[in-house]
Amino acid sequence: MKKEYSLPQDRPIGPSLIIEVAVRVMIPFIQLFGLYVIAHGHYSPGGGFQGGVVLGASFILMAIAFDLKTSLRFFSIRANAVMASSGVFIYTGTGVLCALLGGLFLDYSAMDALLALGPVEWRSMGVFIVELGVGLAVTAIMASLFWDLASGGDMEKGL
Amino acid sequence: MKRIALVTTLLAGALLLYGTGDFPPWGDPNAPASRHVSPTYIEGTVKDTSIPNAVTSVLGDYRGYDTMFETIVIFCAGVVVVSVLRRPDA
Repeated sequence: MKKEYSLPQDRPIGPSLIIEVAVRVMIPFIQLFGLYVIAHGHYSPGGGFQGGVVLGASFILMAIAFDLKTSLRFFSIRANAVMASSGVFIYTGTGVLCALLGGLFLDYSAMDALLALGPVEWRSMGVFIVELGVGLAVTAIMASLFWDLASGGDMEKGL
Repeated sequence: MKRIALVTTLLAGALLLYGTGDFPPWGDPNAPASRHVSPTYIEGTVKDTSIPNAVTSVLGDYRGYDTMFETIVIFCAGVVVVSVLRRPDA
């Protein structure tokens, strides 16, 4: 943490200790659950879209319980843009890599040429890489949609 | 102009509703989709991709092209909101 942080004082309903402490405790568990949903999509309901929405919702909760600047401290606009684009890039890049390695577009078994895990295992692994890209993009886009719609684009004061 | 649009919409809707009359009944085990597409995916999931969850294997592998453009649609939604609303000084 670079700067000294003080609680925002100029909100319409004023600071609420109960909400802020509860959200402080909840956010790490929400983010851990989001990562779990992304990583466990192979074995249970879940995947990149669902886990990304949970992760994005943790930043939205931060912006609602504290204020918009607080969520921007933990997730900068620049990092948000990089995450959204790199998520889409990971997905399309995986497809192009498969095509360059001699398979069809998005045929993950072609990546066996990189590291010999076996074509069937690579198809499972490729789905995981792709879900990771989806998760990155959805997390960033969820947070950025809320920031822009709640503050009218000036990133000063949210809801 | 409004009336032409209404008539066009109603005609197109009626045509679509007429077209659904030729569909197989919902959940019909002899429909083309449940005779070869679904069994291929259900039987091949573990053998082809070693993923036990058939939903994930269809989403990420068999229908990966579809999911790629779903991600791109979400990305486009984000980019459009940013480009319309965000101020340059933010």
